[in-house]
Amino acid sequence: MDWILQPWPWHISGLLIVIIMLFLIFLGKSFGFSSNLRTLCSACGAGKTAKFFDFNWRSQLWNLLFLVGSVLGGFISYQYLSTGEPVQIAESTIQDLQALGIAAPEGLQPMEIYGMENAFTLKGFLILFIGGLLIGFGARYAGGCTSGHAISGLSNLQLPSLVAVIGFFIGGLTMTHLLLPIIFN
Amino acid sequence: MLGCNYNITPLQENTNTMKSIVYIVAGILFGIVMAKSEAISWFRIQEMFRFQDFHMYGIIGTAVVLGTLSVFLIKKFKMRDFYGNPITFNPKEKTWPRYIIGGIFFGLGWALTGACPGPLFVNLGYGFYAISIAIIGALLGTWLYGLLRDKLPH
Repeated sequence: MDWILQPWPWHISGLLIVIIMLFLIFLGKSFGFSSNLRTLCSACGAGKTAKFFDFNWRSQLWNLLFLVGSVLGGFISYQYLSTGEPVQIAESTIQDLQALGIAAPEGLQPMEIYGMENAFTLKGFLILFIGGLLIGFGARYAGGCTSGHAISGLSNLQLPSLVAVIGFFIGGLTMTHLLLPIIFN
Repeated sequence: MLGCNYNITPLQENTNTMKSIVYIVAGILFGIVMAKSEAISWFRIQEMFRFQDFHMYGIIGTAVVLGTLSVFLIKKFKMRDFYGNPITFNPKEKTWPRYIIGGIFFGLGWALTGACPGPLFVNLGYGFYAISIAIIGALLGTWLYGLLRDKLPH
């Protein structure tokens, strides 16, 4: 049973993601996580401010339950399925990040961003807040995120999804190579 | 944003407890896979955007190859879902600006926080509570899109 505590290899992980997608398809739904953000806005009354949120959000309750499950899944992984060992990333990545002032992994996340004491400095707060803002705005603008476009959309050979994924990479590469060096000077 | 609306309608027949559990279980499995594959790690996303390891490409690539095969077979054999209804796939609208511009915004946020929408919530469950700031940001970003939607090129 030791394997379950170790990080799972990419092929097992990819296979399980497809099983989850197929499970939802056979339940008559589709795999797309970011729709939940729209549903949550609608549930909070945003329908009064924009037509986009004026729909029967309760029809999306199933996806909100999926969201609740994903939080529980994170909790279970932390509590019962992990060793707490550092992420084994490439040596070259460690060196690149050290040049930005981000220490080599000591766990799953860099404390420079995910640590509470840093998240509540002005800069730390803005990194997470603006990052989140871009994710939410971009996902809805593009009509989907990694699950909806990169997995579901590409599996259905949708050209628009390929264009969206290319957009994800243009944005991601710009942030990584041009903006992070400025942000973490 | 406005206060949350807690009105609860009586459970309809099609949202019985059994079905609710099924979606929660699927979500739990998703959360565990995201965490155990380390796809929720900021470090893994950095490694991906620096092309320094195959791990993330392996996960997404495996999912896309097997997913494409599955969708092909579902269509070819006109499979039906668990309730006996035909399975349909909605084609995406073929208008380009929204995908490329929206995609770029999304990618900027993905590389900055190291999380896409699913992992935002998995990280919260994992105990990285600081990510709530990004979750609030993502909700506000979604709301902002809804407000500006008619003014944006699609």
